[in-house]
Amino acid sequence: MKTPPATPEVDRAEDSGVPPERSRSVLREIVSGDALAGVLAVLLAVFVGSVMIAATDETVRETAGYLTARPSDFLTALWDAVSGAYSAMFRGAIFNYNLADPAQQWRPLTETLKFAGPLILGGLGVGLAFRAALFNIGGRGQMLIAGGAAGYVGFQLDLPTIVHLPLAIVVGMVAGALWGGIAGLLKARTGAHEVIVTIMLNYVAYYLLFWALTKDWLLKTPGSVNPKSPPMKETATLPRVLGEQFNLHLGFVLALVAVGVVWWLLNRSTLGYRIRAVGENPHAARASGINVGRTYTVVMMVAGSLLGLAGVNQVLGTVSSGVSLDLDASIGFDAITVALLGRSRPLGILAAGLLFGAFKAGGFTMQASENISVDLVLVVQSLIVLFLAAPPLVRAIFRLPAQEAK
Amino acid sequence: MSTVTDQPAPDSGGLAPDTVVAPTRGGSRKLPVVLGVLTALLAVVLLRSSHAGSTTFQLAAESDFFALPDIVVPSGPTAWLMVVACLALTAEAVRRMLAHLRQPAWIPIAFALAWMVGFLSWAAADSSIRMVSLLGGAVALAVPLVFGALGGVLGERAGVVNIAIEGQLLLGAFAAAITASLTGSPWAGLLAAMAAGALVALILGLFAITYFVDQVIVGVVLNVLVVGLTNFLFRQVLTPNAEGLNAPDGFDRLPIPVLGDIPLIGPILFRQTPLVYVLYAVVALVAYALYRTRWGLRVRAVGEHPKAADTVGIKVNRTRYRTLLLAGAIAGAGGAYYTLVSVGQFNREMTGGAGYIALAAVIAGKWDPIRATLAALLFGFATNLQGVLSVIGSPVPSQFMLMLPYLVGILAVAGLVGRSRPPAADGVPYRQQ
Amino acid sequence: MRLVLRGITKRFGSVVANDSISLTVEPGEIHCLLGENGAGKSTLMNVLYGLYKADEGEIELDGEVQHFTGPGDAMAAGIGMVHQHFMLIPVFTVAENVMLGNETTGFAGTLDLEAASARVTEISERFGFHVRPDAVVEDLPVGVQQRVEIIKALSRDAELLVFDEPTAVLTPQETDELMDIMRQLREAGKAIVFITHKLREVREVADRITVIRHGKVVGEADPKASNAELASMMVGRPVELVVHKDAPTLGEDALVVRDLRVVDVAGHTQVDGISFTIRAGEVLAVAGVQGNGQTELTEALLGLQDDVSGSITLDGVELVGRTTRKILDAGVGFIPEDRQVDGLVPGFTIAENLMLNRSFRSPFVKNGSLRLGALRAFAEKKLKEYDVRARDIDSLAANLSGGNQQKVVVARELSRDLRLLVAAQPTRGVDVGSIEFIHKQIVATRDSRIPVLVVSTELDEVVALADRIMVLYRGRVVGIVPADTPRETLGLMMTGERPKDLKDVVA
Repeated sequence: MKTPPATPEVDRAEDSGVPPERSRSVLREIVSGDALAGVLAVLLAVFVGSVMIAATDETVRETAGYLTARPSDFLTALWDAVSGAYSAMFRGAIFNYNLADPAQQWRPLTETLKFAGPLILGGLGVGLAFRAALFNIGGRGQMLIAGGAAGYVGFQLDLPTIVHLPLAIVVGMVAGALWGGIAGLLKARTGAHEVIVTIMLNYVAYYLLFWALTKDWLLKTPGSVNPKSPPMKETATLPRVLGEQFNLHLGFVLALVAVGVVWWLLNRSTLGYRIRAVGENPHAARASGINVGRTYTVVMMVAGSLLGLAGVNQVLGTVSSGVSLDLDASIGFDAITVALLGRSRPLGILAAGLLFGAFKAGGFTMQASENISVDLVLVVQSLIVLFLAAPPLVRAIFRLPAQEAK
Repeated sequence: MSTVTDQPAPDSGGLAPDTVVAPTRGGSRKLPVVLGVLTALLAVVLLRSSHAGSTTFQLAAESDFFALPDIVVPSGPTAWLMVVACLALTAEAVRRMLAHLRQPAWIPIAFALAWMVGFLSWAAADSSIRMVSLLGGAVALAVPLVFGALGGVLGERAGVVNIAIEGQLLLGAFAAAITASLTGSPWAGLLAAMAAGALVALILGLFAITYFVDQVIVGVVLNVLVVGLTNFLFRQVLTPNAEGLNAPDGFDRLPIPVLGDIPLIGPILFRQTPLVYVLYAVVALVAYALYRTRWGLRVRAVGEHPKAADTVGIKVNRTRYRTLLLAGAIAGAGGAYYTLVSVGQFNREMTGGAGYIALAAVIAGKWDPIRATLAALLFGFATNLQGVLSVIGSPVPSQFMLMLPYLVGILAVAGLVGRSRPPAADGVPYRQQ
Repeated sequence: MRLVLRGITKRFGSVVANDSISLTVEPGEIHCLLGENGAGKSTLMNVLYGLYKADEGEIELDGEVQHFTGPGDAMAAGIGMVHQHFMLIPVFTVAENVMLGNETTGFAGTLDLEAASARVTEISERFGFHVRPDAVVEDLPVGVQQRVEIIKALSRDAELLVFDEPTAVLTPQETDELMDIMRQLREAGKAIVFITHKLREVREVADRITVIRHGKVVGEADPKASNAELASMMVGRPVELVVHKDAPTLGEDALVVRDLRVVDVAGHTQVDGISFTIRAGEVLAVAGVQGNGQTELTEALLGLQDDVSGSITLDGVELVGRTTRKILDAGVGFIPEDRQVDGLVPGFTIAENLMLNRSFRSPFVKNGSLRLGALRAFAEKKLKEYDVRARDIDSLAANLSGGNQQKVVVARELSRDLRLLVAAQPTRGVDVGSIEFIHKQIVATRDSRIPVLVVSTELDEVVALADRIMVLYRGRVVGIVPADTPRETLGLMMTGERPKDLKDVVA
């Protein structure tokens, strides 16, 4: 059964013979179109973030108590709270002007790149699935399983670096691929909606890893009661790329490589062509001999391997002190916003990953120095995505003229 | 072109099984396969560690009119008997598959019962299971799921996929905790929770109904937003002022006279908190109103064929907004259960995916309020099993028991319960010229 | 009720769908709006019904100017509409559908289903409709569903009834019955607007005819005017109603279908033991009212149905049980009945759409990567060859008009090395110019000795293209007859009746 389109048919367009032109020069887009709405969306989200900072700041609330008596106190407190937060973010994400040593001044930027790496990988995993019209919110589970598997290889085996590191990476990616593939396979075989399956698999993965962390022969540190594995062997850790004084490790380079590979996959390979065809119109894809179910399974496996790589990046790189249950560091969900902001295009995801990486690096500094919860970043991120989703809303808020009907 | 709407939209039909890839036919292979695997699983477990003792199923609770006797069965033989029963049911499913017959609902239901009895006989060998706490606990744990599932059913019946149930539960829990702490009244907390759920629904409606943004995507992003928001406020506001803001007066247990003294049923259903009794009323009201009133007819109409509803003068989007707000309020009430009954205070991300399980219950319940309620009860049972078994010291690792509700959720959306048909316009925004 | 439309203009973006249309409809008359697909008739009626808001112009009923903000207002003013795509909710009963939006209720909004049923029965009896109020709409035959639409309008005391392309889904016999109903309503004093592009029907019932072309009124016509006169008014130039083709040069039996059965997802048998043969160089056209197994037949040929039994052989090779990909690779070309659903990826460019069913091997694929150069050259060539009107090969398929979209599909299929062409509704929703072009391509394909299966619900198209005609009814073959079989006979066969003296032609 094919459902009729719910939109009213514009019968006139059928015979006009002339396609409705949709010229979209970059300039026009910036002036009238969505680039402006995009910038405004970010501003709006940051503004809401500022309101939240101000509203929860002690001094601001105290001074608000005698606002009419001494408004300047209130305004000063407001400014201090908000500017303090954002300058802390800047110092944590880009450049710390409070330090003397130039290398240390730029250190925050390397932290941004470190945080951006797994976000880009995760964003690619979610974005690739989006291109097949699949919504992969199973990033957390895929990262946990991959991290657990890579961690197992990373501390249980004794091998030379040249073998050990690649093996741990590959095992992690394969584990992520298999875990992601479950959702694809279930979709292909039973039609089960991937959103629910992937989120359920997140919890299953969590408890599975939890269980593995209680078994000596799997991931548990013998003699310890904490659900945490021993640290990775030196031979299985991702090497630092800018020397020991910076935390930036090979994971970021892997993320850049992944951007290139996914770009090629989507735009130049036949598999990518089929993924896009299935995503845009599965009916036509099926009628053209493309196996839709198999494509779903393959896409989810590739997506799972990318999120798996994000998990590997954590276990072998960022937190090589041992596998733990919070190894995903909420990247699985951040990846959704990264993919949406990056419009599911590899280069867009790269940019979005860098932006959110900066948010994250800055957010931790903000939490440490200003005592403002890093969770604020999550709020701002999701607000950006929401506002971007509906340019007419942003236009309405800023009272901009509506965009010309297409 | 906007960012999010650029994503290729999933096929219409909301969260329904995808018909492009998986046509569901009468002689489906899914059911026999799943039943076979589960039967084998039970048999393997029994073979690995067989128990010789006996299992007691305790039916009585204190202050019943009269006490039902305990049922004592030999563990091993009973478990194996149930394996045989499961095998027989699997065989019937296989027969029906080969004969291209439809798989009736009683097969999975009977199978689930037999499997459960078999499993419990084995897991609780040499000890006893209090049926009242097993089932009563299931009802209690199912409360937020049922509220959430009703919110899901209502939204989807009106054509809006309410993925934001998770966010509605979480913000509801948060609002209830603060309000009940400030006012000292759990009822005020409940109202605040409903308002919070409706607020999330309003934002969902704004994007999904007014701006045609993909409903599933908006819903998930909203859930992330609520997580971020509550985490932020929890750390910044609640934790420093825990005494004043996060110590709500909860609902107390309120046994209903007479009804509460009926053996087995009484302690399970009628010795609960007032919130649970509210739930019973809401289930009945929603089920009645959806099928028997003008309001329900119109809600179903805009969910099935919005254009047809429009052509007879029904304001489609206004109807959708109203229904969605109601759905959000109901789901929000479910959130109150966490902070006012089961946990007693707000914690970070305390809903733990219950909103998504509620969605699975919506699908398993075929978009019907009563069946969705039953499905949610099943999830509650799966959740409660872990607690009951850990008390008697079961041989299954607790992590595996904790996985159970999520695994059941996967089975449910994989269409184990048979062919389901969602509202035709579920998830499809309605554009007027 | 007297309806006057004055200077109605409706634009969709830059497209003017209705350009200052004026029209008067008197009570007790059947007023035909004649125009080809896409002329703007339905848009006009949706304006009248309050579904669209006119950019200019006014609507006057019995001398009063109306300001409709929605269909509710239009209905309250006495306008009833029988939509082309029925506005019925399939899972509701007849009574529920009729009462929707106009419910009688008891305590606290409880539905009074009995009152609604009584109303349905009353109207149904008055006009002899034979509709049961408690039947679920999706279980009813199409003709009966249409009566439910009429009851819906009448139950709201409509004085002006609009029928939008009401015969598209009906058998010729059901059409006759509908004509009777329309006459009956006219006698009851209702004003009736009858929208159609079928000349025969117009001449049968119309009291007055207004012809619309490209969104404008081109004039009034006399119901006694000839087909050719009406057609040239409608299209704007004399049209070729027939396709010129030579006698077929028949070859060997190419496609042999034996005892084909197809069961759909819901478990209904949609194709029930069909057997036929198509020889090389021959067009077999399948006639029948929509929904009599044609869709399932073509999909079974392409391997798109899951539950198929019987045998389909092409040049001696069995196709049943093969995947769609293998069938396509075996040289089966497929023009699906709904190009938006099965034929095109709207978000792909023309070039990308042209390789849709060749994404596995040459000429556009090498070692798993795309050969974009080869694809672009091919697309440039086909754009010219098939006269696809688009800015360039990078235009999105979604932005093309229906005719041009269909040309892209036809270009893709006919560019492959074919051994069979399956064309389902090849000209549905396509402008006249493109229809001629596509028909010529189909005839050319047959003349190059390729067997062709055409499925169409338009009897004119069937007759124009066919060398032989196969009539389907409820998934069975009523008969396979020569192309020159009288229309009346074909019409009768489409209702499932087989004339006694009928002889099948065996290829």
